[in-house]
Amino acid sequence: MSNVFIAFQLNEDTRPIIEAVLADNPHAVANESPAMVKIDAEGQLVIKRESIEELIGRDFDLQELQINLITISGHLDEDDDEFKLSWLN
Amino acid sequence: MDMNVKKKKLGLKEKYAHMTRGLDWQTSYQPMEKVFPQATFEGIKIHDWDKWEDPFRLTMDAYWKYQAEKERKLYAVLDAFAQNNGHLGITDARYLNAVKLFLTGISPLEYVAHRGFAAAGRNFPGVGPRVACLMQSVDEIRHAQTQIHAISNYNKHYDGFHDFKHMLERVWYLSVPKSFFDDAFSAGPFEWMIAIGFSFEYVLTNLLFVPFMSGAAYNGDMATVTFGFSAQSDEARHMTLGLECIKFMLEQDPDNLPIVQKWIDKWAWRGIRVLSLVGMMMDYMLPKRVMSWKEAWEIYFEQNGGALFADLARYGIKVPDCLTQCSEDKEHISHQTWATFYQYGGAAAFHTWMPNDEEMDWLSAKYPNTFDKYYRARFTYWRDEAEKGNRFYSNTLPMLCQVCQIPMLFTEPGDPTKICYRESEYEGEKYHTCSDGCKHIFDDEPEKYVQSWLPVHQIYQGNCFPEGTDPTAEGFDPLAAVLDWYHFNNGHDNLDFEGSRDQANFAAWRGMATKNT
Repeated sequence: MSNVFIAFQLNEDTRPIIEAVLADNPHAVANESPAMVKIDAEGQLVIKRESIEELIGRDFDLQELQINLITISGHLDEDDDEFKLSWLN
Repeated sequence: MDMNVKKKKLGLKEKYAHMTRGLDWQTSYQPMEKVFPQATFEGIKIHDWDKWEDPFRLTMDAYWKYQAEKERKLYAVLDAFAQNNGHLGITDARYLNAVKLFLTGISPLEYVAHRGFAAAGRNFPGVGPRVACLMQSVDEIRHAQTQIHAISNYNKHYDGFHDFKHMLERVWYLSVPKSFFDDAFSAGPFEWMIAIGFSFEYVLTNLLFVPFMSGAAYNGDMATVTFGFSAQSDEARHMTLGLECIKFMLEQDPDNLPIVQKWIDKWAWRGIRVLSLVGMMMDYMLPKRVMSWKEAWEIYFEQNGGALFADLARYGIKVPDCLTQCSEDKEHISHQTWATFYQYGGAAAFHTWMPNDEEMDWLSAKYPNTFDKYYRARFTYWRDEAEKGNRFYSNTLPMLCQVCQIPMLFTEPGDPTKICYRESEYEGEKYHTCSDGCKHIFDDEPEKYVQSWLPVHQIYQGNCFPEGTDPTAEGFDPLAAVLDWYHFNNGHDNLDFEGSRDQANFAAWRGMATKNT
């Protein structure tokens, strides 16, 4: 199964997001480069609204991810609760 | 950021359905095919436009909200950069030349992409893709504007930033990216989507905006990294649109497969050729390097592109043939491209130089199979000659590829010591291309590519001198006349970095910034 990935700018907005993603996806690996972090995961990666809200202590809209997003790979499926990347093969 | 998130009345899926469907109407006094004349001629069959879905489920109201937030962040950084003499914080003034190439070769393409997506949105009869194209069209003009604004700070202090629009339409190496977009824009809307939406955005922009921008951060260029990542946050959406578009075409009708495959093959190769410029920027123009071109290629093209093609195999899509050659080329193209710009450094609007010993050691380590064997001796020779006062400039003009418009600088597959070129004949005339990939594209649509505006041919035909120039006058200097027509400031914008005004000014200003005298 191929890797999907998502990359974020490194800043105070994304610190809890990255923490939540890594906690919810134990198979994911974070690779840091200057100013950014790229999270690779085999097969699929799920970002959960609730996990982020728990860390930041306020309501969070998953579409806010777009502000600090750099790039993604894989098929995306986004609804109110989850932002999911996956490959089907 | 601390956004106020209200409880929503509609879920994301319902909201998307309400705000991207039922927005159009059937025409009454003109037939639909006359209103959408470009929707069918390419042979792509669409039966149900409503099957189109944007996986981000972004609607215009949310779009404006998040884009506004991105702009606020970006312009705060640009202000801080300008107010605090951010230009003196970069690693080395050589770095600026990568930014010059970005402004002249890439930013104007963002503007063409803006126009192209506006046109695609107009020409698709379905509402879902039309909304997505609208957003992308607005994104692209934002990218052009933010890049011009960010880079204008450098124009206050350094050479070569003054007339990018004029240059794009004339300068020999800028015809490479320009012709790429012209080729896509002059095709139909579906081919445009594969060319730009899929090939360029999905497969290739990661290579430009991710490792190169991270490199800008590494080199202290806060302005460029900020506009770069701000743009790339939109690209994530564009890539998704490109992928969605491919899936949509392939799911709508089995007859679409061979057409889509042909476009993927063509545009993968066209895009890879344009990226030679980025390869050279990463390996040679960033004083502090994040990763080599080859490493970036392996992560973003081989692994990511490989995952994508493995996924598309279920529709019958095959990996483009040209990719076999790419695994060999990744070891060579940045060195071959930089060597060419070094030789033609008299006719470029940025400075060139030979790497120092430490940089050559880095290149050897990153390219153990090729750098020492094929390039180091030549580069060392050029550097030694320059130190003796014999900086080498080539004064003849190279033959250009009829398709990608890059000078014939790439080598034969399997033999990196021999220049590669191919020949085709069309209506009794000979045409030359740089590779099997470009020859294949030419042979498929010769009637299109015989019209290419090739800068070298145009110079030889006398079409690239300022009005009123008399080429028969005594002492006529054709190169100086061409540079004048390009609006180059001859002697300042071009030639070697060593001895340039940029080099002297940066050293003096940085000295003033750190000392009291």
